[in-house]
Amino acid sequence: METTLAIVIGGLYAISFYLMLRRSMVKLILGLMLFSQAVNLLLFTAAGLTRGQPPIIPEGADALPVPFADPLPQALILTAIVISFGMIAFTLALTRRAHSSLETDDLDQLGRSERP
Amino acid sequence: MLTVLITIFVLAAAAPMLHRLLRGATGWALALPVVAVTAWFATLVPAVSGGEVILESRPWVPALGLDLAFRVDGWSLLFLLLIAGIGALILIYAGGYLHGHRHEGRFFGFLLLFMGSMLGLVAADNLIVMFIFWELTSFSSYLLIGFNHEETKSRAAALQALLVTGGGGLALLAGFILIGQVGGTFSFSALLENADVLRHHALYLPILLLVLAGAFTKSAQVPFHFWLPGAMAAPTPVSAYLHSATMVKAGVFLLGRFNPLLGGTDVWHTVVTGVGAATMLTGALLALPQTDLKRLLAYSTVSGLGTLTLLLGIGTTLATKAAAVFLIVHSLYKGALFMVAGAVDHETGTRDVRSLGGLFKVMPITALAAGAAALSMSGFPPLLGFISKELLYEAKLAAPSGAMLITAAGVGANILMVAVAIIVGFRPFHGARQLPAKPMHEPPLALWLGPAVLAALALVAGLFPSLVDRPLVSAAVSAIRAKETTVELKLWHGLNLVLLLSVVTVLAGVFVYFLRQRCRALAARLAPVVRFGPERGYELGLRALTAVAAGQTRLLQHGYLRGYVLTVLGVATVLAAFALVRFGPATLWIGFEDVRIHEVAIGVLVLAAALVAANARSRLAAVVALGVVGYSVALIYGLYGAPDLAVTQILVETLTLVLFVLVVVHLPQFSTLSSPRRRRWDAAFAGVAGLVITLLVLKALHVESGERVSQYFAENALRAQGRNVVNVILVDFRALDTLGEIAVLSVAALGVFALLKLRPGARKEDR
Amino acid sequence: MPLQLAFSIVLLVRGHNEPGGGFIGGLVAACGIALHGIAFGIPAARRLLRVPPPMLIGTGLLIAALSGLPGLFQGQPFLTGLWGGSVPTLLAGQLKFGTPLLFDVGVYLVVAGIAVHLIFTMAEDQ
Repeated sequence: METTLAIVIGGLYAISFYLMLRRSMVKLILGLMLFSQAVNLLLFTAAGLTRGQPPIIPEGADALPVPFADPLPQALILTAIVISFGMIAFTLALTRRAHSSLETDDLDQLGRSERP
Repeated sequence: MLTVLITIFVLAAAAPMLHRLLRGATGWALALPVVAVTAWFATLVPAVSGGEVILESRPWVPALGLDLAFRVDGWSLLFLLLIAGIGALILIYAGGYLHGHRHEGRFFGFLLLFMGSMLGLVAADNLIVMFIFWELTSFSSYLLIGFNHEETKSRAAALQALLVTGGGGLALLAGFILIGQVGGTFSFSALLENADVLRHHALYLPILLLVLAGAFTKSAQVPFHFWLPGAMAAPTPVSAYLHSATMVKAGVFLLGRFNPLLGGTDVWHTVVTGVGAATMLTGALLALPQTDLKRLLAYSTVSGLGTLTLLLGIGTTLATKAAAVFLIVHSLYKGALFMVAGAVDHETGTRDVRSLGGLFKVMPITALAAGAAALSMSGFPPLLGFISKELLYEAKLAAPSGAMLITAAGVGANILMVAVAIIVGFRPFHGARQLPAKPMHEPPLALWLGPAVLAALALVAGLFPSLVDRPLVSAAVSAIRAKETTVELKLWHGLNLVLLLSVVTVLAGVFVYFLRQRCRALAARLAPVVRFGPERGYELGLRALTAVAAGQTRLLQHGYLRGYVLTVLGVATVLAAFALVRFGPATLWIGFEDVRIHEVAIGVLVLAAALVAANARSRLAAVVALGVVGYSVALIYGLYGAPDLAVTQILVETLTLVLFVLVVVHLPQFSTLSSPRRRRWDAAFAGVAGLVITLLVLKALHVESGERVSQYFAENALRAQGRNVVNVILVDFRALDTLGEIAVLSVAALGVFALLKLRPGARKEDR
Repeated sequence: MPLQLAFSIVLLVRGHNEPGGGFIGGLVAACGIALHGIAFGIPAARRLLRVPPPMLIGTGLLIAALSGLPGLFQGQPFLTGLWGGSVPTLLAGQLKFGTPLLFDVGVYLVVAGIAVHLIFTMAEDQ
């Protein structure tokens, strides 16, 4: 399964890179969203996969039953998901604002325009 | 010592406020504590002249071997007295000179800051501490030189001084670090115990050259002499203080300080003596044609510094003695003459010697002080300058090598100095009055007190040399030579060659004085040649630097986002690929043995949805496709033991979709902006990058990391009263990170609010 | 709608032992309010919430930061978990009180506040 996921991650990276290199602002955002998914999956996979064993100590036991899924990357990814939500919201607002102020979708134009 | 420094720095910080409170009396009020400090230094004289070295140390960053260590021996005590004593006079003087200036309070602050740095520099024992104070002097002198910051000339001069001395400071730091490496310690006192280690080390030459670079830039030695006359753009109190008595002497101090560690070798003799002699002559020659009082003095300072360097280069006991005495003499007369120049400027409004004359009747006290200082400068008995000049000639005649050459150069420079002394000290005060008869009068007490005190000191010390020789000079010479030396000064040496030279010097000086007009004419003709001097090099270097900076900024900051993205991603990919090749294992392939069909199906779904999102024509379709990607990823999390992640992912995905749907109508339509060729290129790049990442993941799976942190978390979660280890990590083990994270999120939310709700044109619409 | 809010709180509280916690609970609550907003309009959702979302963010941050102080007072690092007694509850099992729970409540408020705030802002922007 790791192989499958590795290919999926590589594919997501490739598509997100391609999207980020576009001149359209919205495509850039789409690329960012895919990118954060890919990074999260990369973290998740690189830490090793364990089928169906959540890192939760069962009632009565005093340690995790082996094998358990690594809780640390999960904690990292959990925060990353929420952070990327904030980031996407911010870029959306930024794009929205830039579009309404500068009336262009072309990032190349954006670089050249001074404040209106 | 530390207490003194802290007091001075606190005073510096408080000066602007004090000024608001005390107004015109600030100079006097600030001088009081400085006088007290001087008095305290004076109480140390008996102990230090008895051969004692006062050490004081406090740990600062012990891990780096960095202590706030201070060392007061004869050499530093001499400087401490000069810095604090003249400093007090300058404070009073500045109070009179800048009276009513808009930023007078700030000026006092800068001046005290500089004074504190200078005191710290000469008292520091730890080399790093010394360097810090060294840079502080450069920095605070920058503030002082550029004090009239409305004028372009001031700013340029300040920048020039900062760049030249700061550059030298960096060389000095490199030298200090090498010394630390070689000697194993940054403590000067400790190094002194093993003085020969440095001289016999392979790195001796680089160390010497680096330290000398620091000393020479600071002391305005050829070819770095050009910044000093430029720095005359500063208000006169600054020139009087920094550029006669203190800052430029820091380089001399350094030479004396490191004489026991680095001096005595052939390289030292050759370089230091040579540079000193060249500076001495250059300064004297450049001084004579000047007409501005301050520039005259500035070039004569260059010459005086050259003399000091030359003497320290010769390095015999006699030469060291001469250097210590000349240091005192020079500080006294140069400080006095600068202050006189400022007072004259203050009263008459000009500093051009050609249009000054007959001021004696108007300002007799100033004129007397100027005359005494000028006599000391030209080495007239019975002033201290005479004793100093006798010693100078004696030392030069007895130099171990090139005695005749050095003496000839010395006599030549001194002849010119005599002429300069007459121009500065007598010319403005005697002869016919040349200024229009506007009401002029003696400057106020604050302005003539400084020169008067300094000139009187030169006279008293000349009449009673025993006041300075044993207490101050002996200890200073002992410290430079690192062995006990007793010095006795006499006013009268009897009729000998040295006296003859002195007489010749004075007579020739007077002769040159009368030829000064011709000198100016000659200098005017030579001006085009002089323009190709080191100052030109500095300007060219500066211009080249700006040009290179502008060029590389244009190259790197081109303003195209995708260019930046491509650079970052490209570099990251290349690095990852490099790591793969460099540390790549034999087998990357894990194979498909352990594959379940539904998992592959999810993978295919993710990729297909992502492709759809990338190529979608409609924005909504793209958003929906992204949603599919997100939910599928959540499914993967769920399948592999991460229910928390799965739930979070689903919720965030939902909210993101809602957000997208809310703004999508306001977002621009997709349009094809790039050329097909460009897109093929990007696709190829992205494909390669994706492949590298895939390989990287496969590689990562093979890496066996050591002990896992998670083990600790897993074992201790119950102690933290939680069974869900992920959540325990979030809210307990790594709670500070989480706190930071929610703070960041809050800022993002505020940012969105600001972007969308606060518009310059639509203030009124806000809630 | 109230059901979803209640559920979010249950998720929050049981988060220490089973899947759930401040992040997830906050997101569930935000989803509920967002749903209400989409169905009945943003003003209605604002009325339902009673307090403005930035208030939630501020309170949450404050609670989370304050929960770190008790540990500090005991001479331990900032945010060290300290636990007190516990009470049995119907849905979430044994409920233990402690600073991490307080911290989680802070997280819950912040996350819910931010999500709701973002959605409100975006939806009202014309």
